[in-house]
Amino acid sequence: MGSNKLSCDLLIIGAGMAGNAAALFAVEHGIDTIQAGQTSEIGFASGLIDLLGVHPAAEGKVLHDPWQGIAQLRQDEPLHPYAKLSNEVIRAALEKILKFFGQNGYPYEAALEKNTLILTPTGTIKPTYAVPHTMAHGARALAAKTPCLLVDFKRLRGFSGRQIVLSLTARWPNLRTTRLRFPEQPEGELYPERMARAMESSEVRAQIIAAIKPHLGDARAVALPAVMGVYHTVQILKELQQGLGVPVFEIPTMLPAVTGLRLQEIFEQHLPAAGVRSLRQQRVLAAVRQGDGRWALTVGDETGAQQVIARAVVLCSGRFFGKGLHADRQGIRETIFNLPVVQPADRAAWHHKDLLHTGGHPINRAGLAVDQQFRPVDGHGRLIHANLFAAGSILAYQDWVRQKCGSGLAIASAYAAVEEVKRSFKFKV
Amino acid sequence: MQTQVLIIGAGVTGTGLARDLAMRGVTSIVVEKQDINAGASGGNHGLLHSGARYVVSDPSSALECSRENQILKQMAPHCIESTGGLFVAIPGDDEQYITGFAEACGRCRIPARPVDLKDALEMEPSLSPRIIAAFAVEDATIDPFKLSLDNMAYAQQHGARLLRHSCVVGVDSCNGCIQRVRVRDNLTGQISVIEAEVVVNAAGAWAGVVAALAGANIPMRYSKGTLLVTQQRLAQRVINRLRLAASGDILVPAGTVSILGTSSERVDSPDVIYPEIHEVDAMIDDGRTMVPALADTRYIRAYCGVRPLVAGSGQAQDDRAVSRGFVLIDHGEGPAPIANFISITGGKLTTYRLMAEKTADLVCAKLGVKAAGRTRTEPLANTTDARWTQPGLAPDMWLQKHDLKDILLCECEMVPQSVADDLVASIRRQGGRPSLKAIGLRSRIGKGPCQGTFCSLRLAAHLYNRGHLADPNGVEELRAFLRERWRGQQPLLWDTALAQAELLEAMHCGLFCLEIE
Repeated sequence: MGSNKLSCDLLIIGAGMAGNAAALFAVEHGIDTIQAGQTSEIGFASGLIDLLGVHPAAEGKVLHDPWQGIAQLRQDEPLHPYAKLSNEVIRAALEKILKFFGQNGYPYEAALEKNTLILTPTGTIKPTYAVPHTMAHGARALAAKTPCLLVDFKRLRGFSGRQIVLSLTARWPNLRTTRLRFPEQPEGELYPERMARAMESSEVRAQIIAAIKPHLGDARAVALPAVMGVYHTVQILKELQQGLGVPVFEIPTMLPAVTGLRLQEIFEQHLPAAGVRSLRQQRVLAAVRQGDGRWALTVGDETGAQQVIARAVVLCSGRFFGKGLHADRQGIRETIFNLPVVQPADRAAWHHKDLLHTGGHPINRAGLAVDQQFRPVDGHGRLIHANLFAAGSILAYQDWVRQKCGSGLAIASAYAAVEEVKRSFKFKV
Repeated sequence: MQTQVLIIGAGVTGTGLARDLAMRGVTSIVVEKQDINAGASGGNHGLLHSGARYVVSDPSSALECSRENQILKQMAPHCIESTGGLFVAIPGDDEQYITGFAEACGRCRIPARPVDLKDALEMEPSLSPRIIAAFAVEDATIDPFKLSLDNMAYAQQHGARLLRHSCVVGVDSCNGCIQRVRVRDNLTGQISVIEAEVVVNAAGAWAGVVAALAGANIPMRYSKGTLLVTQQRLAQRVINRLRLAASGDILVPAGTVSILGTSSERVDSPDVIYPEIHEVDAMIDDGRTMVPALADTRYIRAYCGVRPLVAGSGQAQDDRAVSRGFVLIDHGEGPAPIANFISITGGKLTTYRLMAEKTADLVCAKLGVKAAGRTRTEPLANTTDARWTQPGLAPDMWLQKHDLKDILLCECEMVPQSVADDLVASIRRQGGRPSLKAIGLRSRIGKGPCQGTFCSLRLAAHLYNRGHLADPNGVEELRAFLRERWRGQQPLLWDTALAQAELLEAMHCGLFCLEIE
């Protein structure tokens, strides 16, 4: 290694939701693209596509209509990245990514003009925008308070049917639960991934159907933890529904969850097939802008590194968990290009003393400030590099966790950044 | 409810007093507004002083510590690790203090053996190579939770009762004598009335508040001390800075971790206190001069307690200089006597037994009970109620048993389901209701690097599955547990810990919506 130099038009840094979406959008435009980044990060995605679930965040107001919420957000928070994105761009971006998931065996459902409410394993209700088809019926059953049987499995940690049912006593009185043994599993704890892979077998499914049936009673729907397969969820759901005679749906589990794994597998398999050159599991270790304006990036891991020359870069390296940002006691820095980071004046202002403070922690709004073309700018709003773009959670002035806008913002900002990359290439060539 | 003695406060003194009285055949009820060791008894270093720290500033406290150190090592060895301690000085430290220290130890007959600097560095390689003086002393570490839980368990086995989450809201007196004490159950809001022959105020930093309810006055000073827990144990012994007490100058080992402390900040009230970022920074910057690894080690948790100090006539500038000796007040004396009311406060963990003994002597004098105290000679029984606070015990037992069905709830500290079940049973025995927070307090759950991200929901789900929780308040349980953990995390969020906190918030707020539901 080390001797071979790769060259491309666009290097995408990051393999979370934003990086993967950017890679997809870029190759769909025919841009010669390399993607570098650890794919494990998408494994921590919930698999729910949030658009905007809460606004104003400080009031914890759950939005029925995300589009109305976005319009209001643009007025209230003009620096929010959504203020740089039109509804057309957001819709086009979501449509493309959901189509990609659907074409690859994992369709999503969205109510288009409104948010969907789904159950969480703590017994709370979460607003989101698009849900995997495996969860779609859950939203309908919850809304209609359908008599429902919630099945959980012995030895699966962090998921208790009794907890969910008791927590929802007032809101879903017709929900009841039963606890079953998961077929043919070794002693010890059950891992969702292992269960999901076991569910790929029709024999296991038959056993599960047979185990649930005697408990059905008057239930008009059946809920399971999100373990209905990794690859063939459409077939698995169909079989379970036929076998049980009622609609079946999944409830999310703790992270990392199978719902994130499914996306990881789709991106890993189908992005290269679509033409993305992948340097997955590798990180960008250094970046230098050459005399001709192109980027020379060192990409690799502990075992070695190679150089990649790129005409443009889209930075989707995430926040602290994704290692796009790093903090020490003195402050926050961007880890690859040492870009200026918008941040509170000192560490004392990073977090509230209450974890659940309604205002959200100020550090969550730290990140990169960008111009209308999604290019990082300095503290005076001056462009830093004409061919360096940024997208996803690394952007400043948003709190994706509290505003419930993570995937929507990642996908839409990736879309906009790639559109700008494409435009910049046209002007220059 | 009726009892011989009502004890207000279930810290080390209150629980120690309950045991001491039980050994003399006197029954008691202990009321505690939160949980065992919720105040300074739980918010301290876990240091069993040799006395050397106080030889210069407060020789009588030093002597008390020295004697109690020896007694407790005999009477409660299962709560103590006899680590030994070192006092070290670095360049710039006051050389006069160093000379005076050796002399004062000699005067108080507190062993302090000069150690060759090369030997000191071999004994404790994490020490700064720049140290200029070192003395070996008989410091040790003590687990205050185990101590209180064991004291309380003994007392309960001998007729005492513990009412947790029970706050004194009123005291009815008549003719200079307390007739009834009204107590509110903070969980149910229910008020109950307790009639006792003698009432003991062992409320620590809240002693002034409790005394005021009875119409008595104790001028309290509140001095907050903050401590930091490292992910790894950095030294085998207690490391003290050889100078007048200041921040960041004691590093105490505790099982698999080390604890750095202690700051001192005057606060107006003991009720709402937080470890603050400026205290963290000051302690790290100070402590690193003595143990350089403190600069880049990972910190897991910060916590704080309020030193219960009784303001005397002296106008000391630094609260550390206020006498650390304890204050036993017989309210039956003075201009407005309350015959059956006693307050015990001040002091420190090392002298808790002596405080309980002196208080029990006074109680017994009032009751006309002749029996003498036996805590000086009778060892504290090692009960199972207290064992799960010990770092490393749960993983040892789990590995020994090797029962695959006993699934781990907390992976960081390797705490399995069976430990949670054990604790639920023990909380029930204490007359309590199991909660995530109560189980957290009594075990290592949530105290590792993930700070409760994963184990919180696993524990909640387990408690529901076993039927230990059976109400709709699971979400509130999770919130309370995570908020409690957050208090200790929030000032330490940089580097890896910040990434971990981001994941915690992504899951518990982003996905579970705990902040809006």
